[in-house]
Amino acid sequence: MFKSLSKNDKYAHYGYLFILPFFIVMAIFIVYPILNTIYLSFTVWEGATIPPEWVGLKNYRRLFQDFLQGGIFPQSIKNTWILWIFNVIPQFIGALALAILLTDKHNRIKGKEGFRAIFYLPNLITMASVGALFAFLLGHPKGAVNDLLVAFNILKEPFNFLQNAWATRLSISTILTWMWFGYTMIIFMAGIKAIPEELFEAARVDGATKWQTFKSITLPQLRPIMTYQVVTSIIGGLSMYDIPQVLTNGTGAPQNSVTTMVMHIYRQGFTNYNLGYASAVAIGLFVHIFIVVFIALRFINPKEDV
Amino acid sequence: MGKKGAFRLSIGDILLYIFLIGLAVICFLPFYFMIINATHDNAAIARGMNLLPGKYAIDNYLKMKSRVNIWIGFRNSLIVSGVGTALLAYFGTLTAYGFSKYKFVGNKALFWVILCSMMVPPQLSVIGFYDVVQKLKLMNNLLALIIPMIASAQFVYFVKLYLDSALPDSIVESARIDGATEIGIFNKMVLPIASPSIATMGMFNFINSWNQLLIPQIVIRDEKLRTVPIIVANAKGVYRTDFAAAYMAIALSVVPILIAFAFFSKYIIGGVTAGSVKG
Repeated sequence: MFKSLSKNDKYAHYGYLFILPFFIVMAIFIVYPILNTIYLSFTVWEGATIPPEWVGLKNYRRLFQDFLQGGIFPQSIKNTWILWIFNVIPQFIGALALAILLTDKHNRIKGKEGFRAIFYLPNLITMASVGALFAFLLGHPKGAVNDLLVAFNILKEPFNFLQNAWATRLSISTILTWMWFGYTMIIFMAGIKAIPEELFEAARVDGATKWQTFKSITLPQLRPIMTYQVVTSIIGGLSMYDIPQVLTNGTGAPQNSVTTMVMHIYRQGFTNYNLGYASAVAIGLFVHIFIVVFIALRFINPKEDV
Repeated sequence: MGKKGAFRLSIGDILLYIFLIGLAVICFLPFYFMIINATHDNAAIARGMNLLPGKYAIDNYLKMKSRVNIWIGFRNSLIVSGVGTALLAYFGTLTAYGFSKYKFVGNKALFWVILCSMMVPPQLSVIGFYDVVQKLKLMNNLLALIIPMIASAQFVYFVKLYLDSALPDSIVESARIDGATEIGIFNKMVLPIASPSIATMGMFNFINSWNQLLIPQIVIRDEKLRTVPIIVANAKGVYRTDFAAAYMAIALSVVPILIAFAFFSKYIIGGVTAGSVKG
């Protein structure tokens, strides 16, 4: 793309000028905060007026101790993983099945565009609103979810979802699945549409069954987009905050069973004003995400060098 | 395909329809209950499931408004997302254009930096962000939410790809021969040509900013500057047992999005795929 403009090199410096505003903002509001968080993790800082004080590895020692003693830090890692896994497995399987269904030219489903739009809708709604809404819908003894489950005889009497650790976790995972399956489905649909039609044609000529076609063509061809989707889902899932925060009013109740890693950072930083320690937790989380993404990439693309 | 006749549906197709419609109902049901409950009084909500609208919408609205004025939230959210998206549309496109058409040293490396910045979730650097905002004296200032919107990596990435294919180098050169200035070329030619991609990614970023909770919670403490998500996140605490008023507050935060989606769903879904497929 540069070849024809290369004789106009005298204009090149305008390039710097044009990208400058973006990089200034990025330096101040993205890059500096990251480096600053690393620095702050070696300090004790209790907020606004008192300047941070360098304490070396003290916060990390505390983090490590908390980890060994099974405190809130390891608990929050465990919670986040539970919430993510119970959401991502049904979400991906459902999204993939629906994507195949809605891109299949051989069924006569009409209004595919409409279904696609409605399935995507929950993803668009402000997470804070979704969290607040379900806090009421999951209410006990009278809430829409209990009313429905009792009306359909699935439950004999109303169940207090938000008092039980696993019920709260599975409720949040289900809400997340509900919010995200449509989004993931759209991504998969785009991936399937990008697969060359000849491949399916060839499979049909060879008399392949639907399952064989899925296993030998659709799935391998979807690998790049799967990789993208898994990586972004890990990053987004492990930095989960809004729904458990709003649904439990920031408490992570019952007994911190849904306190996520970012909720822990927020609480340490802006409720307890242990900003130095909160930074160390954030760095811990960053390292955690980095390692997991690295392993995931190895796992998905074993042959390639990552 | 056509063997069975165009008008007959097989049993499989009917089951498929039932399944898809059932799923669509599940997607919409929580919002339905939200809207219905927002129109009933607390007694009706406490009695159990309501399937039809009630008569208390205005009462609930007045009760809700007497505690928290959600319209102030709308104003703040509109200012943040609106001004931020407008700034992003201009400076983000300028950046994309710079990368797309100027051969300067470090072009590829700097573009890589932008791509890498997409991989770091902003939740992780909130403490450092809080410190910067404080040093810049931007606490309790909507600018702390607006200005960072300019640094949207997805926007620059997608608009650059678009300009690479939609804006031929020859057009830029002939404008130069006609004596146009560089910034003049950008304002008068590049912006209009890039506008489809700006609209797609602009909408994407607008929604994204509208839905933010964590960063506004940290930066905004003043009640008069709260955005809609902060107000809704506090609804349970503010309204306590007044479920009807709380439902009304939540419904008011959601219904505008539902209406916007009804009109723009095609573009919004276009933005979702645009952000990912080429990545």
